[in-house]
Amino acid sequence: MSVSNLVSYDDALASYDPVMGLEVHVELGTKTKMFCGCSTELGAEPNSQVCPTCLGLPGSLPVVNAVGVESAVKIGLALNCEIAEWCRFARKNYFYPDMPKNFQTSQYDEPIAFNGYLDVQLEDGEIFRVEIERAHMEEDTGKSSHIGGATGRIHGASHSLLDYNRAGIPLIEIVTKPIEGAGARAPEVAKAYVAELRELIKALGVSEARMDKGQMRCDVNLSLRPNGTEKFGTRSETKNVNSLRSVERAARFEIMRHATVLTDGGTIVQETRHFHEEDGSTTAGRIKDNAEDYRYFPEPDLVPIAPARAWVEELRAGLPELPRVRRARLQGEWGLSDKDMQSVLNAGAVQPILDTIAAGAPADQARKWWMGELARRANETGTDLAEQPITPAQVARVTALVAEGKLNDKLARQVIEAVLAGEGEPDEVVAARGLAVVSDDSALGAAVDQAIAGNAAIADKIRDGKVAAVGALVGAVMKATRGQADAARVKDLILERLGVEAQ
Amino acid sequence: MTDLIRYTAAETATAIAQGDVSAVEVAQAHLDRIDAVDKRVNAFLHVDSEGALSAARAVDAKRAKGEELGPLAGVPLALKDVFTTKGVPTTAGSKILEGWVPPYDATLTGRLKDAGIVILGKTNMDEFAMGSSTENSAYGPTGNPWDLSRIPGGSGGGSAAALAAFEAPLAIGTDTGGSIRQPGAVTGTVGVKPTYGSVSRYGLIAFSSSLDQGGPCARTVLDTALLHEAIAGYDPLDSTSINAPVPAVVEAAKLRDVRGMRIGVVKEFAGEGYQAGVMQRFNESVELLRELGAEVVEVSCPSFTLAMPAYYLIAPSEASSNLARFDAMRYGLRVGDDGTRSAEDVTALTREAGFGPEVKRRIILGTYALSSGYYDAYYGSAQKVRTLISRDFDAAFAGVDVLVSPTTPTTAFPIGERADDPLAMYLADLCTIPSNLAGNAAMSLPCGLAPEDNLPVGLQIIAPAMADDRLYRVGGAVEAALNDKWGHTLLEEAPAL
Repeated sequence: MSVSNLVSYDDALASYDPVMGLEVHVELGTKTKMFCGCSTELGAEPNSQVCPTCLGLPGSLPVVNAVGVESAVKIGLALNCEIAEWCRFARKNYFYPDMPKNFQTSQYDEPIAFNGYLDVQLEDGEIFRVEIERAHMEEDTGKSSHIGGATGRIHGASHSLLDYNRAGIPLIEIVTKPIEGAGARAPEVAKAYVAELRELIKALGVSEARMDKGQMRCDVNLSLRPNGTEKFGTRSETKNVNSLRSVERAARFEIMRHATVLTDGGTIVQETRHFHEEDGSTTAGRIKDNAEDYRYFPEPDLVPIAPARAWVEELRAGLPELPRVRRARLQGEWGLSDKDMQSVLNAGAVQPILDTIAAGAPADQARKWWMGELARRANETGTDLAEQPITPAQVARVTALVAEGKLNDKLARQVIEAVLAGEGEPDEVVAARGLAVVSDDSALGAAVDQAIAGNAAIADKIRDGKVAAVGALVGAVMKATRGQADAARVKDLILERLGVEAQ
Repeated sequence: MTDLIRYTAAETATAIAQGDVSAVEVAQAHLDRIDAVDKRVNAFLHVDSEGALSAARAVDAKRAKGEELGPLAGVPLALKDVFTTKGVPTTAGSKILEGWVPPYDATLTGRLKDAGIVILGKTNMDEFAMGSSTENSAYGPTGNPWDLSRIPGGSGGGSAAALAAFEAPLAIGTDTGGSIRQPGAVTGTVGVKPTYGSVSRYGLIAFSSSLDQGGPCARTVLDTALLHEAIAGYDPLDSTSINAPVPAVVEAAKLRDVRGMRIGVVKEFAGEGYQAGVMQRFNESVELLRELGAEVVEVSCPSFTLAMPAYYLIAPSEASSNLARFDAMRYGLRVGDDGTRSAEDVTALTREAGFGPEVKRRIILGTYALSSGYYDAYYGSAQKVRTLISRDFDAAFAGVDVLVSPTTPTTAFPIGERADDPLAMYLADLCTIPSNLAGNAAMSLPCGLAPEDNLPVGLQIIAPAMADDRLYRVGGAVEAALNDKWGHTLLEEAPAL
């Protein structure tokens, strides 16, 4: 089923109400793995960061990483969860070659954190509360590379390679309760939730939460029910959706796909789905009926975890300012309306602005540049604001030059453009292009005055409105300065002296 | 010293420390003995002559330099093939691990080495420690030195037979449901299952994680205590390890005084299925304890009758998960990898070929017991029974210092007799299983020969968790009194090999 032969999104929503469940796996940024002392550094030679425990060698035993538990409690607290007074790890039993023990050490009916929520802000500023079912600790698997198949999938492959460096890296799985009532905004809610969760994880300092590096992965569970009914429909589980945009697209596609199947009188199969970046579609994975049985039981090799209440409270007190609180504070500090703040958020400008302020710029100036010139450019080029080839320090320097009176607004814009064009630091651009505001006694000012005095007739024409005549005067100045002046600047200066508005 | 192999570990260590004999001579004497008798006994799966002699040389060198030696330095030991030994093959009695050479030492292996104990080799066992006769070994059965046509007990039959055949004065076993104590009982040797968590399981190939416990085996109570002290103690690599001082077991073994101790006889360990000669020797032991000044009372532990079914749910459940790792991907046997088969097929073929019938039986039992819809009825109920058994022990220990019973209901049975009758085989562990479920400490020591078959009978002593010293206090006193009565140790009555 491709994107083109689906019922339209609006038609889908006219008949059906989407219910979502989001499962997010976060790889913790601990130095060592969850149950052994091996490094978690990414990018090492395959199978160079392994030991008897994470390879599941006979006789080896796990020991819990205390930092992993602490990170889990912090995440739980930040998600407004209750923290278990006593909980255990459990074994999730299934065979797969990239899982060394053929069971995953996870948590089952005793998660370390449960019953929380995360408020997320949608693009129009509306707050949507996503209820959290649980957050639990587990270990990552190794990585299989299937060789010889067309798509890197196991189907058609001649053999597979296994890298166990990732096996045993701590994961926190965060599971929402069914998200109801989002209606047509379900895909937007999904994206906003994952974005907010990512900000929160980063603010807690427990993971870099880079989706592009697989440090944060999202499964989108989605079902439809006829509008006005209560009972959930059969769900699909779209696995490993690994960017914010993809989360939104996957939810949107699944809404349309489910609606198409249901409208045709078909039934949804409970299955996993693969998401495809190229066209935003999903395709069937494996059938997942309720008979799938992981034979969970409490992990006998580990002792129960009983986070002391005093310690939990200590962690709670030490939580950093959470993203939403921080945004509210910044809005106040920057004196922005809700609408303006939302624009800043939507543009992804919070961090660049903060960094520019940190580099010495006044808040209003920092915001003006990032939300003006730079946001426009990002938009035009379809790139992230933070990825523009200019640093917050460079922007701050430009604002400083303006404050010192060395640049005016118009000149500053030219400097920014030159920096973006790769012409160097703001001061270099100013020097190279002679962009500094020229005072009367400066060389350029004198040359301009001289040119006006020596070509009075042309100057009069210009004063009378024949602005095009300015070229002759510019030429005179350029000659007098041996071409070192910036022609556009010279033109501006001449027009300024003659009291004529540039056209 | 002419017959080095017949000395106790304590005597051997003293002789080496005093320079009466070198550790190399002692090691060589035992290697020669293994050479002479082990083709018939089959106690060893792998003899590491080179490693043993090199370890012995290191002890001699240390002594020559005047360095202090540990209390068991230079004493040879037979190590159950379920502990990993770096560079030395480790099979757990299974074909699926044939040829596997571990890249790391178990914590226990490391402690033995640190103590200067000379590891002679790895001993035979029921595959993955599942069995009570060592007949489930993939490498053939071990004979009982008292009668080579009979079983030496199991799963640690190799370790017990090595002691009884004078191939080693010390041995290591593991006890999940009686695998140290029952082989001890049927071979006339001493074996202790320490408190769960007091001997590290790191490097012990798991059968049932919540029940497995490594422990010391020897021919005397004192030797067992010395080995106990060498191997016990906290290990940060084992999360279930107890971070507390090891009870003073050597001191207790030397005390030989039970006056004033209260001893409970467990009422439920008697009746149908118990051999008359076993009950006779057991009752005599109880009488002996009374004579030695202990107060003996009868104790009832009604939940113990549920121990066997609970055990055969919990142990196979954990085993089904623990043994999942043997999938042909990373180590051990690989069958059918001819380039045409999927990994899944290779795993299936390997497990089919690599596991023996008893292991398969327990994997299937455990897989079933953990299945969704059955979990509560089976695994869940078994865990509740476990709690009841612990409560029975707690109630009993509120009134007595130790409990006693026969170690196993019968003497050594002939090889093959119960091989096709798993339920009959399981009954051998009737008296030993409750201590594994509760995690407390227990010992078996010889208390005579059954009159009807002249085979050894074991007396089981059970102590509360972390009161392992009481086992040695009672065991040491009984052993001394019996040796006085007999004028020699029981093993001296064993036929020459």
